[in-house]
Amino acid sequence: MRSILTALAATTLMTGAAFADAHALTGDMRIVSDMSNPAPRAVMEGLVEQFGELHPGLNIELEIVDRDGWKGQIRNALTSNPPDVVNWYAANRMGPYVNAGLFEDVSDVWGEIEGLDAVKGALTIDGKQWGVPYTYYNWGLYYREDIFAELGIEEPTTFEQEIANCQVIIDSGRKCYAIGTKFLWTAGGWFDYLNMRTNGFDFHMQLARGEVEWTDDRVRETFANWRKLIDMGAFIDDHQNYSWQEALPFMVNGEATHYLIGNFAVAPMRDAGLTDEQIDFYQFPLIADLPQGEDAPIDTFHIPSGAANKDAAREFLKFVTSAEVQTAINGPEVKEGDEVVKPGLGQLPVNAASAVEDDEFLNQGFEMLTTNATGGIAQFFDRDFPAEMAAAGMEGLQEFMVFPDNLDDILERLEQTRQRVYQQ
Amino acid sequence: MTAVPDIRPRADTRSWYRRNEIAITPWLFLAPGLLFFAFYVIFPIFQSFQVSFYDWDGLGDLTEQGRFIGLDNYRELAGDRNFEISLWNNLKWLLLYLLAIPMGLGIALFLNQTVTGIRLYKSLFFFPFVISQVVVGLVFSWFYLPDVGLLNVMLGWFGLSINILGSPDTATYGIIAAGLWPQTAYCMILYLTGLNAVDPEQIEAARLDGAKGPKMLWYVILPQLKPATFIAFVVTIIGALRSFDLVSIMTNGGPFGSTRVLSFYMFEKALAEFGFRMGYGAAIAVVLFLIMLVFIAYFLWSMWRDERAAR
Repeated sequence: MRSILTALAATTLMTGAAFADAHALTGDMRIVSDMSNPAPRAVMEGLVEQFGELHPGLNIELEIVDRDGWKGQIRNALTSNPPDVVNWYAANRMGPYVNAGLFEDVSDVWGEIEGLDAVKGALTIDGKQWGVPYTYYNWGLYYREDIFAELGIEEPTTFEQEIANCQVIIDSGRKCYAIGTKFLWTAGGWFDYLNMRTNGFDFHMQLARGEVEWTDDRVRETFANWRKLIDMGAFIDDHQNYSWQEALPFMVNGEATHYLIGNFAVAPMRDAGLTDEQIDFYQFPLIADLPQGEDAPIDTFHIPSGAANKDAAREFLKFVTSAEVQTAINGPEVKEGDEVVKPGLGQLPVNAASAVEDDEFLNQGFEMLTTNATGGIAQFFDRDFPAEMAAAGMEGLQEFMVFPDNLDDILERLEQTRQRVYQQ
Repeated sequence: MTAVPDIRPRADTRSWYRRNEIAITPWLFLAPGLLFFAFYVIFPIFQSFQVSFYDWDGLGDLTEQGRFIGLDNYRELAGDRNFEISLWNNLKWLLLYLLAIPMGLGIALFLNQTVTGIRLYKSLFFFPFVISQVVVGLVFSWFYLPDVGLLNVMLGWFGLSINILGSPDTATYGIIAAGLWPQTAYCMILYLTGLNAVDPEQIEAARLDGAKGPKMLWYVILPQLKPATFIAFVVTIIGALRSFDLVSIMTNGGPFGSTRVLSFYMFEKALAEFGFRMGYGAAIAVVLFLIMLVFIAYFLWSMWRDERAAR
């Protein structure tokens, strides 16, 4: 805890002045956070510590729950004895809670904070804002730079080059892509990218809104491109048995060369012993000549409408969205030996006025999203599609990856689901 | 003058409770149990029936946010392929789980002897029942792992390999096999206690009549083990229908939903990450309840019959 304190001391100095004149907050405040992985957990604890120092009259209770467990618990947490601040996700994923009146309208907070206009849409439903973002991260192909050098191949920019590279990799006795689909969503990432590259961002969003049939020829084209990779044996075997973490060793051991994943995977790769000389990153290559859409999911804070101390909660939301705090929490984690001297999410700050800390992957990701994602920014398969469509969809995607021949049947089923889900 | 003896019965001065003590006390003792049973079991059952007629996402009040749709949830269930898969899997569980009874009996007979350290062996056989289902699931999923799992290492000696949990054809059987491990231990302990109660005189008599081996088992031992068999049957059937933990831990319902059972499907539809269909989940729960009701009714009826016969 001491290390976190010293790490955040710098930001305390900066933000201290800004918040000193805020009216004194008192009472209890309860925060439930899903930042349960080691690095995010340290960040969250640091945030609370620092916020508590700014408001000594406030008694803050922080409860950190398992990230995947929280997805099932949030419903109960919001309805019975709601806390004052919770973590959740933007876009369609917050829809059910907004519609049920369980999230507080925080448009007033948005009126007081600056630099978040770029992502305002993702947190807006019915013209109002229902939460604030604290971080986002890019997706892309992380790959083994050293193996690329050994095989004499380079970062591709087109799908043909990607396939040609992959053939070289397979011929060397490796697999191209590590993936673990036991929990399904990783397959959603592949579909997002293949569909956005084959048919464009706008088409992908039409599909998400239920305006296009799953049996449409353009959707089939996406799957045909995917099938090219599956048929050449590009993906690791038995991926349906692994979680995304369990599939990491394939990349770490060099049995597979790529991983299509979010930037959050870089920290565990480094922890597993890969150096920055061994890992590198490139944007998913072009298939059709279309402006590239990118997945960049936003993680958020919300105030439950039944919260007891909404004044304190609003202050907290302003605090986490300020440029200084966003700069500090999103930087890479700094370690000396095994000790964390500066906690960090290793992701991208949302506030336009904050700085992206100097890190190979953060720089590349930020560069890609600001200059080369002209198609648009998507939130990810399970956040853009309504819950039920996403669940059925990801299951179909996993089945397709194992039994590509079942495609007609899968699309037929997804089309049935689409017709039912969107009519409601 | 002699006083006329007062022949009227003396007015009962005891309090109302004292007078009715014998009739009331049992109910008083039962009251907490009945209350909790009514509140936590009976009441929710009827609530589930009610919810199953609604289209409701579980947020907000049922009658306000929910939409009454009559039997639509059940109609949809009838054409739902995933529901069909779950139902078939439940049937597989029901049938194959019963293997735990003969296996438990076999082990119990084998262990029912006096050898040094037999208590230790019994404890070791009982061990899987003591550890959590979650641990059983984890151990078995490691055992089944492709390439590195113990099973595939052993199969590798013969040049074979199989991804049990990764293939929709074998995954359910793999999970049932894992479930049989603790369930067999449970049946074994039931039979071991049963064997203690077997009358040695009858065995002696049977021996004199020349019975041995399978005949002895079938005509002399097994009839005396009938109560143990009954209980083993009950717990195994209920255990098979309740199967949830192992499915959740070992495959999470996958690959692509092929290992779902009714209880897991209900959880997925109503309560899990993407589950916002309380009404649909409740309809699945009602179906599962009705299936269980068939068995429970049979068990209750046969217990009631036995009790009457014993009187």
